[in-house]
Amino acid sequence: MRIFKALLPLTALIAAPAIAETALPADPLGSPMWEYHGARLFGADRVVFDSRVKVSLPIIAENQQVVPVTVDARALKGVQRILLFADLNPIPVAIDYRPGEAAPFVATRIKLDQRTPVRGAVQTADGTWHVSGGWIDAAGGGCSAPPISRVRGDWADHLGEMRGGAWQAGDAMRIRVSFRHPMDTGLVENIPAYNIETLKINDMSGKQLAAMTIYGSVAEDPAFTLEIAGAGRPVMVAARDTAGLEFSGKIAVHGAARPQ
Amino acid sequence: MTTRRTVIAGVVAGALCAPALLRAEEFASGYAPQALRAADGIWIVRGRDEPIAFGNGGAIANSVLIATDAGTLIVDPGPSLAYGKALSALSRQVTGAGAARVYVTHLHPDHSFGSGAFDPAIVHALPSTRRELAENADGFSDAMYRMLVDWMSGTSIVLPLGDAGEGDVDIGGRTLRLLALNGHSHGDLALLDKATGTLIAGDLLFHDRAPATPHADIDGWLAALDVLEAVPAARIVPGHGPLDTGGTSIAQTREWLTWLRASLREAVLSGKDMSEAGAMAIPERFSSMKVARYELQRSVSHFYPGLEAQLLPRIGG
Repeated sequence: MRIFKALLPLTALIAAPAIAETALPADPLGSPMWEYHGARLFGADRVVFDSRVKVSLPIIAENQQVVPVTVDARALKGVQRILLFADLNPIPVAIDYRPGEAAPFVATRIKLDQRTPVRGAVQTADGTWHVSGGWIDAAGGGCSAPPISRVRGDWADHLGEMRGGAWQAGDAMRIRVSFRHPMDTGLVENIPAYNIETLKINDMSGKQLAAMTIYGSVAEDPAFTLEIAGAGRPVMVAARDTAGLEFSGKIAVHGAARPQ
Repeated sequence: MTTRRTVIAGVVAGALCAPALLRAEEFASGYAPQALRAADGIWIVRGRDEPIAFGNGGAIANSVLIATDAGTLIVDPGPSLAYGKALSALSRQVTGAGAARVYVTHLHPDHSFGSGAFDPAIVHALPSTRRELAENADGFSDAMYRMLVDWMSGTSIVLPLGDAGEGDVDIGGRTLRLLALNGHSHGDLALLDKATGTLIAGDLLFHDRAPATPHADIDGWLAALDVLEAVPAARIVPGHGPLDTGGTSIAQTREWLTWLRASLREAVLSGKDMSEAGAMAIPERFSSMKVARYELQRSVSHFYPGLEAQLLPRIGG
């Protein structure tokens, strides 16, 4: 605490000119929450709107509890982090992906609680955030309605069941993995927040290739599509939820793409 | 002659007007359904071949008016109370008589929500449709009011009291053969007017408009198409799209569903994500079908997670 206090004036001195220099650019989507999220997520980092970050959204949020989103930043070099967030969601950030040795590409499904901008923010090695996205219309209740498995009552019977596969796609190996998990937001009466919070991709020697922090706005039974550079060696996928349960499995290219 | 001053004034006025226009509240403009003669004593009332949207008041499905000696027989009363009333007024204009009976072909609100304009005792549907309507009415109602706002004024779902079932029905000198099918939903009613050979297919058939699949079982739907193909029909009124006099709606619906089923499966097996599946190429042969991309993306949402659970192998413990 004392150290924090001592540092405070110093940070203020350093930060002040930086903020003046890197003011948030005006939001092309006209979001009422842009400045709030900008300050919280990007701090004093430089921010640019960049169409090289491709955010794919469907024409319609047919099911606001399962809205597919892809953030593809393979046109950028030196990507360190990918944030996927929805400005007007009660849990705005869905994933914080550090691709490491993986390609800067991620696809997943999120919940939406109302019409909102959905964005991908991609930080490159120079610290700059490259942002892109669009508005998507959605009815209420994506985050504040109970997940289907809670309504059905069988969520615990299948908790953590994993499915997945790997495909060689050009010079990268594509990985798909899904988990049975209610991904409770904590916004439904009498159901506390309970979600998968980390996902790691390791090689077979245990070396980490990529890692992701996951929040409760990711859809129930979360599914992820990632790409690892190079020829298809098997990888270990490991996830942990907020109750400390761990789920892991091996994914290899051969035979993965066929039904059981 | 345009002076610099008027140009500037115009620009300024434009600049002032634009935000005002953007913020202007839109109001429902009222329905004006039109009856087109389809056969002797039968009229089709065309919906717009679009998604449900404020601009069309949800009037996207086809309705049918049939003149009988007992009064008008109406198939699918449309999306709202106001539409049901407009349809009732139109039937008096066209046939000279009000509704003697209303059939609801299936649960979806663009077809069923206008039934409140009629005495529930004369509204008939398959028992499975009544059950599905009861289960889904609240959710549909929320969605319809959110999108259509005052177009929906006064609309509440009125469950049909009459049971429709397989077999012939005589109403005011007309004989209709009812077919109790399913596949587009759990209960899909089709009606054949025997005198004119007019088949009213509900949403089992789409014509020049991509099929919608929110409650669909594709295998069951394809089986229902086989039944419809065997019906001796001179013309078909599809649930969406123009009157079909050559049977093309059956071929189109079958072709689309067969392609959709195979393509979604292939997309899962080849490692595509939902976004990519929704962006897949739509074959040229479907170019006449309206809202194809929109319906493909909806279908991806309806089927993809289930197909993944079925086709992707289990991993881990």
